Amino acid sequence: MSDGNNISVAAFLATSVMAGTPILLATLGGIMNERVGHLNLGIEGMMLLGAVAGFSVGCSTGNPLIAVLAAGLAGVLGALIYAIITVTLKGNHVVTGLALTIFGTGIANFYGQKLAHLYLPTSVTAPLSAQPIPILKDIPILGTMLFSQSIYIYASIILAILIYVFYKRTSIGLNAKSVGENPAAADASGVKVDLYKYLSILASGFLCGIAGSYFSLVFLTSWQNNITAGTGWIAVALIIFCTWNPLKAIFGAYLFGALIGLGLMLQNTNMSLFGMKINLSSQILSMLPYIMTIVVLVFITMRKRKGNQPPAWLGNAYFREDR
Amino acid sequence: MFRIIKKAPASKFNTIILRSIAVLCALVAAMLLMKIMGFDPFELFSQLIKGAIGNKDRIMKTVEKAIPLTIMGLGVLIAFKMKFWNIGAEGQFYMGAFAASYFALHYPMLSPYILLPIMMLAGMLFGGLWASIAAILKVKFGTSETLVTLMMNYIAIKWVSYLQYGPWEDPNGHGMPIVATFSNNAALPTLFGVNVGWIIALVLVAAMFFLIRYTKYGYEISVFGENPQTAKYAGMNNTKILLTSILISGGLCGLAGMIQSSAVEHSINDQMSANMGFTAIIVAWLAQLSSIGVLLVALLFAALVKGGDYIKISMQVPAALVSVLQGIILLFVLGSEFFMHYKIVYVNRKKGKDNREAATNE
Amino acid sequence: MSNSAYVELKNITKAFGLVIANKNINLEIQKGEIHALLGENGSGKSTLVNMLAGIYSPDSGEIFINGKLTKIDSPKDAIKNKIGMVHQHFKLVEVLSAKENIILGQKQGLFIKTKKLSEAIFDIERKYGLVINPDKKIYDMSVGEKQTVEILKVIYRGAQVLILDEPTAVLTPQETHNLFSILHNMRDEGCAIVIITHKLNEVMEISDKVTVLRKGESINTVKTSETTAEELIEMMVGCPISLAIDRPVMPDGIKQTRLSVNNLCVESSEKVKLLEDVSFELKNGEILGVAGIAGSGQKELCEAIAGLQKANAGSIAFDGENILGLSPRAIIKKGICMSFIPEDRLGMGLVGSMNIIDNVILKSYMDSKGIIVDRKAGQKSAENIIKILDVSYADFHQPIRNLSGGNIQKVLLGREIVLGPQLIITAYPVRGLDIGTSYKIYDVLNEEKKKGTAILFIGEDLDVLLELCDRILVLSGGKVMKILDARSTNKEELGMLMLGRKEELSNV
Repeated sequence: MSDGNNISVAAFLATSVMAGTPILLATLGGIMNERVGHLNLGIEGMMLLGAVAGFSVGCSTGNPLIAVLAAGLAGVLGALIYAIITVTLKGNHVVTGLALTIFGTGIANFYGQKLAHLYLPTSVTAPLSAQPIPILKDIPILGTMLFSQSIYIYASIILAILIYVFYKRTSIGLNAKSVGENPAAADASGVKVDLYKYLSILASGFLCGIAGSYFSLVFLTSWQNNITAGTGWIAVALIIFCTWNPLKAIFGAYLFGALIGLGLMLQNTNMSLFGMKINLSSQILSMLPYIMTIVVLVFITMRKRKGNQPPAWLGNAYFREDR
Repeated sequence: MFRIIKKAPASKFNTIILRSIAVLCALVAAMLLMKIMGFDPFELFSQLIKGAIGNKDRIMKTVEKAIPLTIMGLGVLIAFKMKFWNIGAEGQFYMGAFAASYFALHYPMLSPYILLPIMMLAGMLFGGLWASIAAILKVKFGTSETLVTLMMNYIAIKWVSYLQYGPWEDPNGHGMPIVATFSNNAALPTLFGVNVGWIIALVLVAAMFFLIRYTKYGYEISVFGENPQTAKYAGMNNTKILLTSILISGGLCGLAGMIQSSAVEHSINDQMSANMGFTAIIVAWLAQLSSIGVLLVALLFAALVKGGDYIKISMQVPAALVSVLQGIILLFVLGSEFFMHYKIVYVNRKKGKDNREAATNE
Repeated sequence: MSNSAYVELKNITKAFGLVIANKNINLEIQKGEIHALLGENGSGKSTLVNMLAGIYSPDSGEIFINGKLTKIDSPKDAIKNKIGMVHQHFKLVEVLSAKENIILGQKQGLFIKTKKLSEAIFDIERKYGLVINPDKKIYDMSVGEKQTVEILKVIYRGAQVLILDEPTAVLTPQETHNLFSILHNMRDEGCAIVIITHKLNEVMEISDKVTVLRKGESINTVKTSETTAEELIEMMVGCPISLAIDRPVMPDGIKQTRLSVNNLCVESSEKVKLLEDVSFELKNGEILGVAGIAGSGQKELCEAIAGLQKANAGSIAFDGENILGLSPRAIIKKGICMSFIPEDRLGMGLVGSMNIIDNVILKSYMDSKGIIVDRKAGQKSAENIIKILDVSYADFHQPIRNLSGGNIQKVLLGREIVLGPQLIITAYPVRGLDIGTSYKIYDVLNEEKKKGTAILFIGEDLDVLLELCDRILVLSGGKVMKILDARSTNKEELGMLMLGRKEELSNV
């Protein structure tokens, strides 16, 4: 793949996809959350909970499936706290999300201390590492980029497509969308607003938990404090950047992943990319996702194209008997 | 069957009672959690308190931690009062620190009587301008300030990282990515053992209180915060009010950054905020946007952090514990907000008369 | 028609905190009947029907559908019981199409069957004479079209009982006529229709039966053909009230031009013409009414004069001096005292969370010297207003939003009048107020008129405009259609002008 210090296009793209996958999963979760009108800044917290739970269960059971499910479940539990406070108790979304991040980060790091010296058994790491798909893996460039990856990558793409179809063409997806746009209208039409909110938020927690587990089960296969390294915040950016569209999220995630990948690789100043020497600081590169997101935000509010706006009721509580 | 009914917002007195109950419940929950994790909760809490205010040294350290938290809390407060959700305190903090550090590093021989005021002004200016970007975008395009200020945080942090690992890396740092220590001229003097930031903080609390309650500007902020349309109708200059307030908001956070780098770190690095920017949001929110409340809650949180540092060593408890405690307290208080605006009524549908009474009982 | 009611409400009671909205109400609705629910604002009409719609639950009492005791605990239950409600404030999701709004919340398998859906919608449209493109997005629709979607929604779900809450509030006379013919079709097909309104003339025109509510209790139910408007109003208010509004005649000598608007043009940011070439004169001691369907430019006109809206062309002269483009503060500095009482009381005119003193000083706080706010002067003003306008206000420190709508409007009006304005612009001043308060406000305006104040009155009730105003200006699509003498025109003419038709009517 890379010859000496030169990184080929294929290798670079593959890295971008790998770096972008946890972002994609977390973003899909965030999209489901925001579609029902709930701004959740607790993504980072749920990811860390998933990371530590997945790692811990993976070490103790040696079963990859159970480990991943445990990660998802941990995310669900975090999301449940957020859901109870913001849906049933009508709490403030922004502050609750931040509280969840603080709490989730704290619990994960607190518990993770005990796991610092552990290593995952190969019964877990092997199935989750790169599994090339026969025939497809031999396609030039695309084969390395997309079809010689971990099952996480395949799953995330399939999930993105499913979620897109869900909101576009199914009646349940339509109901969910309306909850985030105009809960009063949804309620009057007989949609169980609170139920849809809970289910969406919990599903979002599951996805974020799994996103976090990517770091501990696949990328690093060990535990570190704050192992997700702020990916949750990039996901918050991506949700906006891709205008709440799961398909656009795939491309956006890989784009952001490319920026991160570039940054990582260029920390070694001897590296060259595609045969050219590039001399950009990795920190400046890592700013780009955020700058790009602001530009997109301004762009969409400027053009006011009705289809691309945030869900109209994002961030507000709904109470039926509001006089 | 239980039903939720909206009621008139609780009086100030009831609010304080409710909040206190919430905090108590949070502490109980935290203690249970500690027990599960294998620590003795009573031992833990007494060590925590001891570590925060056990002796003069520790009290001073607690106060030192409360200073930036208070000032940033005030910054967040004034923005939130305008319903401008500035969650970029963290980024404004770093930009303030950056500006102040620039002068500290490039003019180390300047007399402190000149250098320090310059650093303060620079810090406030850069923090204020950083926040204003979000305000301008909001005024011109209507972009969500919540999302913009959030993104700007990371741009600011990465900028400081860049400086720290790049152009500002200390050649004498033995290969470690740190920035050189400031000269003594760049360090804020101390009074009673703590840097004079505490005087600044107290003055600012009083000033903010007076500003909001008694001045015309404070009146304008309150009207604007309720509805910018009404402010416009009353002849107020909305753009001026918003931009001024956000400049102050970011400026305060930038000042906190300057104080932290000048008096505590004597340098600048990308970890020095210890997430205080986010904590400040919670402080302002818990204080219900009251200036004095910010001071009190900031002290409480600072004590929590200081105590946490102590038990990290004395009881081998991971530092993350403090985050857990902060998180639990916050979650419980957030949940208790519900009871201030709504109440749950048990309605028995069989007994007609009882229903009416139950629902009309206050 | 059978004698047993299709929908029966028995002894329904509902309270919100200390306010009893409905007290022991009994109501019977037959199939194939249009039943009007008449009452002032605050009489409990909306609350009552919201219980049929499942939005509120009665504290006590029973609901019978077709003789069976039924519990309606949620909108879903209401739909199950074939009850459909068209709300005053539409409950539509803007970013979705008409079709998507119609099947929202319906059980219909995993995937949306769009073609079958469109066919079903067209069937309904043919049956009742409605016209809507199912794929059109709501944000692209006019108000009348949105209401049609709401009706379609309800019929699609199989509603046999149709409840309409103040349906004509946003329609022109012609659109109202359209709606009424649709309702007649539905009644003839056997639907039970409940229409909530406070407009007497509509009750007389469309309904078969009318039930009057007053202060939460039902007063009487009568056949429309067997009653009169005067009888109904006596039931609504509790005592006979003269429906006539005073119209003092001012001597010509006093009538100098106060405000002169010439070729005023206002464009939106998307280059849509909100006001086009608007010209008129407003004299001292007259009330000039402005009629038009909602969104014809009334808001922009008021705000342009008050200095809150930028204009693209034209001029506005106050006593000869051009004030177009000046901010409200600049206008005050010129010594001009202009009062603008906006449509949006708590949204624009007052600060809901502040008390009466802080609200009273809203326009005068700048005048005190220094940086401190002078609240003492405000206290005096507040006491004055409360006395003159008879506002019921218990505690000076309570937030103003706790007051009733009528008292809020009195405070707003009072604050403005106390400043001694030369020009008053008032938009929908009696919207949502009970008859007693409304007439008090007309009296206050007439007093001001007698003092020589020039008054611009934006209103929606054509009857009131015809009685109160001296002249009426009709706005349609941002243009001035005509300025008429109120004494020599009628509703039909106004209605046609509001729709933009200048041709003479043959049977006026």
